[in-house]
Amino acid sequence: MPANSCLHCSTSLETDIISFSRVYKRYPDGYEALKDVNFTVAPGEMVFITGHSGAGKSTLLKLIAAIERATSGTVLVAGQNVSSIRRPAIPFLRRNLGLIFQDQKLLYDRSAFDNVMLPLVVTGHSWRDAARRARAALDKVGLLDRERAYPIALSGGEQQRLCIARAVVNRPNILIADEPTASLDAEYADAIIAMFRSFNQVGVTVLISTHDDRPIRKLNPRVLTLHHGSLA
Amino acid sequence: MRAWLRHHALSFGQTMRRLAASPFASLLNALVIGIALALPLGGYVLLANLQQFARGLATDGQISVFLAPEASKSDIAEIDRRLRGTPGAARVEFVGREQALAGLKRAPGMAEVMATLRDNPLPDAFVVTLAASEPELSRRLEQEIKGFPRVAHVQADSAWVQRVSGLLRFGRTAVALMATLLSFALVAVTFNTIRLQIMTQRDEIEVSKLIGATNAYIRRPFFYLGAFQGMLGGLAACVIVDLAIVVLNRDLAGLATLYGSDWILQLLGLTDGLAVLAFAATLGWLGTFVSVSKHLYKIEPR
Repeated sequence: MPANSCLHCSTSLETDIISFSRVYKRYPDGYEALKDVNFTVAPGEMVFITGHSGAGKSTLLKLIAAIERATSGTVLVAGQNVSSIRRPAIPFLRRNLGLIFQDQKLLYDRSAFDNVMLPLVVTGHSWRDAARRARAALDKVGLLDRERAYPIALSGGEQQRLCIARAVVNRPNILIADEPTASLDAEYADAIIAMFRSFNQVGVTVLISTHDDRPIRKLNPRVLTLHHGSLA
Repeated sequence: MRAWLRHHALSFGQTMRRLAASPFASLLNALVIGIALALPLGGYVLLANLQQFARGLATDGQISVFLAPEASKSDIAEIDRRLRGTPGAARVEFVGREQALAGLKRAPGMAEVMATLRDNPLPDAFVVTLAASEPELSRRLEQEIKGFPRVAHVQADSAWVQRVSGLLRFGRTAVALMATLLSFALVAVTFNTIRLQIMTQRDEIEVSKLIGATNAYIRRPFFYLGAFQGMLGGLAACVIVDLAIVVLNRDLAGLATLYGSDWILQLLGLTDGLAVLAFAATLGWLGTFVSVSKHLYKIEPR
């Protein structure tokens, strides 16, 4: 699906797949997570978001997936204004996003294979087609031989790769990963980052939040740095 | 469309697996609903049986018309003609005074009494059978026939018909009230089951929302679960009521033979049984709807 497939796209913004303009986010308890954030991401870009713990990295990513709403300002994703999106439209926005969470959000009562199947079941793929794609995704992250395993039996690195398989199985335009390497040692972390790099090379827009500057020094990618909710 | 059907099939399978995963709890829930539904259902079945019984007693409602002793043959012919012309009278039968006396003499124990009579004290009479056994019709005809010349007395069964229909109406209202109250119980039980189910599946719901599941998708299995549980409860109610009837009939058969009758309670019919299942499933669906509306939307990914 092309990035700008949505019907409400305004032509002037088609060049950016993600665009934040004057975005503020204040949580109900008064905590101001984001202050006047402005940036754009072009299709196919790979962007790292860094900053100290509590700088607003997770909040920024949550705004893209409509998990949180901006208090003011505009968040455009593939031309759609996510800051004022209607609730029934949210599932269809998220189907275009591959989300990888800090707390993984795997389902521990089902196998690795069934976890990866879930996004395809939700979108109503036939079982055969879904199974084929799920195995392809598991293969891509090197977990094909563990498809019967339950998440609890997987190592931390394997669990993270399982999350990636689940995020990419629907072939999203945008991958969003919140601290994907947080709890991994350097070797595993490098492998994960390399995986994102390979998805980016086939045209997927990738946003990764991290407080680990090793991959940044290595890849020299575009970096957005948050400091107390503002972009530096 | 195919995806939609596929998901319905999937939801149904999931529901079955979920019920099978905790068979004891599922059975207990079905039993609670079954007992709640069995009370009004049993009342309804008893009432239907009583209605049939009452119909056998006061069939079609009859009016007895007694003529004055001085009524002549031409008077009788005239009254006969007028009765037959009255709308609402289905059948008109003349019972002459000799015929009535002969009938009484045949009755056991009456022959000796009759032998002591010098004259025949009985009047000529008509028995009018009503087209329908409605108290209203019975009352109307009674009034009308009273106005005929040479009619001495009109005896309607309407009092009896009225009493029975009044009692039946009372019974029906009681059953309806009970059904209404216990329907709320069923909705409440389903509400709670679904609430618990939503709580146990909290993670799954949250993840499903994050990967783009619509609310309709997330709701669907719960609706299946609620409706199916209601249906199981309805089935339990039917079984309970029919078992109770079988047990009661054993005693009733003995009692009925003492009265020279073979009257027994009829089991719940197939149509009624299906209606109960549909009704229970609808209530289960309703309970799910309320529960889902209240609880599902609170689960939003953080």
